[in-house]
Amino acid sequence: MSSPSSPSSPHDIVRRGAAELGAAIADGSLSSVEVTQAHLDRIAEVDDAVHAFLHVDAEGALAAARAADEARAAGESRSPLAGVPIAVKDIVATKGLPTTAGSRILQGWIPPYDATITTRLRAAGLPILGKTNMDEFAMGSSTEHSAYGPTHNPWDLDRIPGGSGGGSSAAVAAFEAPLAIGTDTGGSIRQPAAVTGTVGTKPTYGGVSRYGLIALASSLDQAGPCTRSVLDAALLHEIIGGHDEMDSTSIDAPVPGVVEAARRGDVSGLRIGVVDEISGEGFQSGVRARFEESLKLLEARGAEIVHVACPSFVKGLAAYYLILPSEASSNLAKFDAMRYGLRVGPQGVDSPSAEQVMAATRDAGFGEEVKRRIILGTYALSAGYYDAYYGQAQKVRTLIARDFAAAFEQADVLVTPTAPTTAFKLGEKLEDPMAMYLNDVATIPANLAGVPGMSIPNGLAEDGLPSGFQILAPATRDDRLYEVGAALEAALLEQWGAPILDQAPALPVREVTR
Amino acid sequence: MSVLDAVVDYDDAIARYDPVMGLEVHVELNTETKMFCGCATGFGAEPNSQVCPVCLGLPGALPVVNAAAVKSAIRIGLALNCSIAPWCRFARKNYFYPDMTKNFQTSQYDEPIAFDGYLDVEIPTANGDGTEIFRVEIERAHMEEDSGKSLHVGGSTGRIQGAEYSLVDYNRAGVPLIEIVTRPVRGAGERAPEVAKAYVAALRDLLKALGVSDVRMEQGSVRCDANVSLMPRGEDELGTRTETKNVNSLRSIERAIRYEISRHAAVLDSGAAIQQETRHWHEDTGVTTSGRPKSDADDYRYFPEPDLVPVAPSSEYVEQLRGTLPEPPDQRRKRLQKDWGYTDLEMRDVLNAGATELIEQTVADGASPAAARKWWTGEISRRANAEGRAIDDSGVTPAHIAELSGLVASGRLNDAMARQVLDGVLAGEGTPTQVADARGLALAQDDGALEAAVDKVIAANEAVAAKVREGKLNAAGALIGGVMKEMRGQADAARARELILARLT
Ligand SMILES: [Zn+2]
Repeated sequence: MSSPSSPSSPHDIVRRGAAELGAAIADGSLSSVEVTQAHLDRIAEVDDAVHAFLHVDAEGALAAARAADEARAAGESRSPLAGVPIAVKDIVATKGLPTTAGSRILQGWIPPYDATITTRLRAAGLPILGKTNMDEFAMGSSTEHSAYGPTHNPWDLDRIPGGSGGGSSAAVAAFEAPLAIGTDTGGSIRQPAAVTGTVGTKPTYGGVSRYGLIALASSLDQAGPCTRSVLDAALLHEIIGGHDEMDSTSIDAPVPGVVEAARRGDVSGLRIGVVDEISGEGFQSGVRARFEESLKLLEARGAEIVHVACPSFVKGLAAYYLILPSEASSNLAKFDAMRYGLRVGPQGVDSPSAEQVMAATRDAGFGEEVKRRIILGTYALSAGYYDAYYGQAQKVRTLIARDFAAAFEQADVLVTPTAPTTAFKLGEKLEDPMAMYLNDVATIPANLAGVPGMSIPNGLAEDGLPSGFQILAPATRDDRLYEVGAALEAALLEQWGAPILDQAPALPVREVTR
Repeated sequence: MSVLDAVVDYDDAIARYDPVMGLEVHVELNTETKMFCGCATGFGAEPNSQVCPVCLGLPGALPVVNAAAVKSAIRIGLALNCSIAPWCRFARKNYFYPDMTKNFQTSQYDEPIAFDGYLDVEIPTANGDGTEIFRVEIERAHMEEDSGKSLHVGGSTGRIQGAEYSLVDYNRAGVPLIEIVTRPVRGAGERAPEVAKAYVAALRDLLKALGVSDVRMEQGSVRCDANVSLMPRGEDELGTRTETKNVNSLRSIERAIRYEISRHAAVLDSGAAIQQETRHWHEDTGVTTSGRPKSDADDYRYFPEPDLVPVAPSSEYVEQLRGTLPEPPDQRRKRLQKDWGYTDLEMRDVLNAGATELIEQTVADGASPAAARKWWTGEISRRANAEGRAIDDSGVTPAHIAELSGLVASGRLNDAMARQVLDGVLAGEGTPTQVADARGLALAQDDGALEAAVDKVIAANEAVAAKVREGKLNAAGALIGGVMKEMRGQADAARARELILARLT
């Protein structure tokens, strides 16, 4: 470690991984209160610059930390991560804690119930530090569409942290939280992971309960871990994953052995399929170079590299941008100013009708990107257009699933670069939605087919910014992601000698007195 | 106030036009929990006491299908002779409605759980001397959720316009409904309203026998939307239809359809066109008024509900449920009519009164079928009608009637006294025996007083007595009346007749 401080200084604590912190809390060398406080301090120091958090719950987190310490003292072991604090994307319902999904329309809304993820985190003894910033209702690839202002990439504060879960990945990259929860509808865990130099996993669709996640596109949404290592991701995956009878689409089977796979990290004899359609053209040269190197490292560890054809993947982006707005237009219909959230009266109207209040509220409460997609989705579902748009998109979805099935006949996992480029500058693509949408081209097929995917950092591109390596596995075989991810991570660490985040520039630190 | 639409005489309308009906019946299932969450469904609970994040549609909450509701849906489908879909989905019906928490209703669209069935209903023959079967074809029966209920406070009309504020009760939001949709019902001619009423009555009996719903129309657990259109006689192209919403009694269904037929005829006669629209039925004035026009705004943007996995009942399960179906109502009717020895006409009265189960129980409690029929289709039915109550909500039980008819059969009460006893039972004075005791109602049991009265009446009415002696036995009626009067009603009329005839013949 490059830490200049004494072994237990707050600076040292926040740079340690979740697995390590969990072990230290379990053996008593650190208390959960110490670890949680260290992260709260770090948030106070750097979050003005990063803006990863929309809401920090110091009191609640410390109370949970004390409870974790008491449980440990009483000999209860609730999970390997008991006492390790976590940040949660603001799209996850947290009882008693504001939940806005990055939208003004939910400003100040405090859910009266917990998402299943939240319930499981609490039960496993993980203190919740706060809620992380995101593109409004998870629509975006840069976290610039948050109603509460953008998050900044810890590698370069003038750049985007990826989206929509930029807050979660940035919090982990900036050492504000050892772990975070993200959601991935078209790449919103993996793409921010790639551009912030962190690990992000999108489990198999249905592998982690959606109950309590404010829905963007129900058939695509999937929550998963944002971490700094593959093992940390696996440990968190095990806590939040598994069947939930509150979610009818939840898979009724045990979570595959992800922790075991992450600890093993063995790729010898494994066939790794390169998807040529989303690895070459349009991808930044440094991103491509890192990708090629990673393939060589895997080959050196005994994997066999094969090339597979997935011709329908190129249609994925178009299908995605019909299915997502369609489902979103319906999911967002509930925000009508009548029962919760924002309510705005129309200007110059004395006794407005319910419809006028609703229209004024939606106008003030929804951002431009959300309005754009609601209109698109409403149009795509309307009578006379359904077959041409939504229906066709569903057919493409079937074709992509077939491509995956055929590819997985030839390879145990598929790999691509996670994102076509490294982090772009804030504001750079804001006026060009299509350019923004292209960022998710490599991640979207996994959501359309429901298969699991992971992004791990595989070095710095020619511009000195992190690039990501994406691994895709067959549905319910999330363990393969961890097997391959851990192997590549180990090989890279060996090469670099230290975690990639050690190469990130130091953040401006604000003096905080407590 | 609405302007009353012009109508033409019903018979005139039928002479020129063929009515075509489409009936959509919403049935509230009596499952313990809601369609997509674990909330209770009890009627009449404190507002918003039976709600959770799911049925309130809170951000993030997800539905899970109630297996008991699916079971009821399949049983209803089977009882309606439908095919059961081996695989079907829910869809979202997107529209704004203040009572709807998600601004979409989770329903079934192009993939109903049950389809292609029929229900045979019995209606009187044209000349009224018997019954015939009219087959109503069922297009589909599908599952959906109910919405909440608004209460508009402060206005004079109870409508949202003019109200100071509105309250919404979401207790009913998410209660499971089955919507049963007929194919266009044609060929009923002038009896179309009657067929509609008989269909809903038959459906109600069937649902009751299945035990899947409380079928309380007055509480809204069965609601009927009636579509009506007219075709000029001799033509075969369907006319424009109107949909009269939420008609909630058998009588209203008949009246509303009859009214719409007359109104359509008036519009068509005037050369105007029928507007496709929803109509509201007004029980008090017996008319329908214009509601919302059907328009392009009715684009519900249906798409498969992504939050729910498909419903895929195995054929073994469906067959197992088929085994749980009750005896079909028509077979059961035939069996009961035979057991009870009723004529066709008598049986029809029983069915019209909705008294089959009540009679069955009354007979089981010891009454004769004849007495049970007489009470339920006569006195009790009359009183329930007058009070606008359902016959099974009249305050008397089959056990009461069995007891009452026992008192008559044993000679303790005559019919007039029995009616007085019924008054007492209805007034909550106790069981029939208790009422009779308390009110001192009993026929004179010793012949002495009766014989004395007979002699007195014969002596006072010599002219009548002479007629009886001449063989005109009908004339004895006047003497019996006199005896009853003499005895202040406390006499057994049959015994009095015996005594009179014994004296005079
Ligand atoms: Zn509920």
